[in-house]
Amino acid sequence: MALLQISEPGQAPDPHQRRIAVGIDLGTTHSLVASVRHGLAECLPDAQGRVLLPSAVRYLKDGGREIGHSAFDAQSEDAENTLVSVKRLMGRKLADLGDHHKLPYQFVDAAGMVAVQTRAGNKTAVEVSAEILATLRQRAEDSFDDELFGAVITVPAYFDDAQRQATKDAAQLAGLNVLRLISEPTAAAVAYGLDQGSEGLYAVYDLGGGTFDISLLRLTQGVFEVVATGGDAALGGDDIDQALADWALASLALEADLSAGDKRAALVAARQCKQALSDHPQATWQAMIAGQPHRVQLSRVQLEALAKPWIDKTLTVVRQVLRDAKLKREEVQGVVMVGGSTRMPLVRTAVGELFAQPVLTNLNPDEVVALGAAIQANALAGNAKDGDLLLLDVIALSLGLETMGGLVERVIERNSSIPVAKAQDFTTYQDGQTAMAIHVVQGERDLVSECRSLARFELRGFPPMAAGAARIRVTFEVDADGLLSVTARELGSGVEAAVEVKPSYGLGDDQIAQMLKDGFSHAEADMAARALREAQVDAQRMVLATRAALAADAALLSSEEQTELLRLVDDAEQAARGQDASAIEAFVKTLAEGSEAFAAARMNQGIRQALAGRRIEEV
Amino acid sequence: MQLSDDDFKLFELPRRFALDEAELDTRRRALQAQVHPDRFAADGSAAQRLATQWAMRVNAGYRRLKDPLSRAAYLCELHGQPVDVERNTAMPAEFLIQQMQWRESLEESSTAAEVRALEAAVTQQQSLMLARLATLLDHDNDHAAAAAQLRALMFVSRFRQDIDRSLDRLDPQR
Repeated sequence: MALLQISEPGQAPDPHQRRIAVGIDLGTTHSLVASVRHGLAECLPDAQGRVLLPSAVRYLKDGGREIGHSAFDAQSEDAENTLVSVKRLMGRKLADLGDHHKLPYQFVDAAGMVAVQTRAGNKTAVEVSAEILATLRQRAEDSFDDELFGAVITVPAYFDDAQRQATKDAAQLAGLNVLRLISEPTAAAVAYGLDQGSEGLYAVYDLGGGTFDISLLRLTQGVFEVVATGGDAALGGDDIDQALADWALASLALEADLSAGDKRAALVAARQCKQALSDHPQATWQAMIAGQPHRVQLSRVQLEALAKPWIDKTLTVVRQVLRDAKLKREEVQGVVMVGGSTRMPLVRTAVGELFAQPVLTNLNPDEVVALGAAIQANALAGNAKDGDLLLLDVIALSLGLETMGGLVERVIERNSSIPVAKAQDFTTYQDGQTAMAIHVVQGERDLVSECRSLARFELRGFPPMAAGAARIRVTFEVDADGLLSVTARELGSGVEAAVEVKPSYGLGDDQIAQMLKDGFSHAEADMAARALREAQVDAQRMVLATRAALAADAALLSSEEQTELLRLVDDAEQAARGQDASAIEAFVKTLAEGSEAFAAARMNQGIRQALAGRRIEEV
Repeated sequence: MQLSDDDFKLFELPRRFALDEAELDTRRRALQAQVHPDRFAADGSAAQRLATQWAMRVNAGYRRLKDPLSRAAYLCELHGQPVDVERNTAMPAEFLIQQMQWRESLEESSTAAEVRALEAAVTQQQSLMLARLATLLDHDNDHAAAAAQLRALMFVSRFRQDIDRSLDRLDPQR
């Protein structure tokens, strides 16, 4: 008989004292990695002591690349090959981009998403982001001199399924184990909430380089619940830069025949000028255009006039979100400012006026998201002693299906709590119909053409029936990361779909393999080695977790059931020592099936105890 | 306890229309603290998948119980009187006249003030109808009549969305 590991009450029998988990803010303008050390969340610096990593990648003539500060500094001189602000391209096609001719890039559509032509070939936002993520991963591993357990990566709350999936793909390329994707406003609230230590209703106004989010959150005893969220995934400081650059070029009569370098130089100058105006009433826009130096003065008042339409757009979204939440502005106890663009005095004043209170700016708006992500990562890795932190988020954009006439039938409404599952029944249009095409979309508009296309698939092979007789149940499941999976089943015959889910965007496995072969700088080039490592890690975690569960709740099982379960655990542990990924996965599957009833019983017990424990408190 | 238990059983709340919303919120937090997949982030993918199923179930139950109309519809269903809006259009007769009057009123309104006055009247009527629904369910135990009342309330709900859209047009800054 195998020996049961008995551990101290309240502690899992885990050989590692602490798992290294990090939070990563993958921002439009710059990115950061943070971790909880000695009970405090802190951003990890590079060798030069800098915590911000510019989200810039430059592809060099010799096939190498520069990532971060050196790339950022070269963006005017080598505009076409230095990619910045690629977050605006994640999960997008060329048709989605607005004034892309004002940017110094040559865009093409490739593999269902937009790519930029560089001297090193076409580069998608996913590949560029992966380079940035890999750099941060390296920085974290160097800081701790140890492997990472995993990372929490933040995304704008308003990112749709395509944008989120692209972020996960980038993390996969970078060799990161993603513990969770969390929304940037939620991460910021975590950093502030634990700092302020008070309960209540908070608004997080997050205006970054390329995206805008507004979230309303309720904090109650360590539980952060998003009540409603809204935003614009294509609105940020970059747009104000563009407006300023346009104005400067127009006032100098320089708009015609601009090279890529000129366009970039104009934007760089605009940003520097804008930032200077946060601290001074006057500043100068100056740039080399067509080989000649040019300059023009402007005042903060002039900048504010240029920026006002964008700020007003954000305030309209804020009002809409308050309506969605059925809350009044007066009920909001604190307004948190996140993102570099909230340094603008105009933004702080306008938002303060809307909520009739001074906005909270005590934490560094550049770092707060990464810090919150680190706190969450620490909790997910099982390091947090009290373990009371819980993030209950929502889906920001409605999900639906295309129906006759190009209309959208909404299945999951925006601001629904996630994880969520919802089924919708459909029927056939014609007599004898044996197949149905299902088109999944995301967005708030009524026409399919105005929503984001997520995937198309076909349900085939159900028996022919009279029109209207078939019952096809389409089930949507959105996980805690906000990612969707869809299945369809014909209820009468039980025929299940999954014939071919063609995502309308995104990377297939062979595309990822190709990218790795093409010499992606930091990743493990061998997909097989990576698959093996992932299978081993997953198996080891499950083995540890099941042993811990048995140590805590063996009483829920008979002694035969315990013995049988331990046998499955041993088998999985044994397999994990081997080199065969599919064998490991098979043993893990068997263990999962064998322990499901036990897991459900424990879940049950936990729930009963939690509800009973609460009632005792009431007395 | 099973995933397939009814919502009232899951949340350990009495099977009736009257509900303490604060209590529902607290129990939902307590449940999610136990079943949310984040609690199982270190335990492997199978554990997280199972937890996700439970978290979805908790969220579905919460959503259904939180909204008065969906809660009432659920109670009717549990008592063998599904509301079945598609096939059953039976509503209290006097309400049909009210429906038409309100529609006309909205179509004829040209200012935000007029629409707001209509909104106030509708809101007042809605409260009375909800009170009647509560009596039918919790006092009279008349689920057939409750289902009819519910169909009327669903109309009012949809009509309020039309009012909102009208106000969005007439007063975008509100």
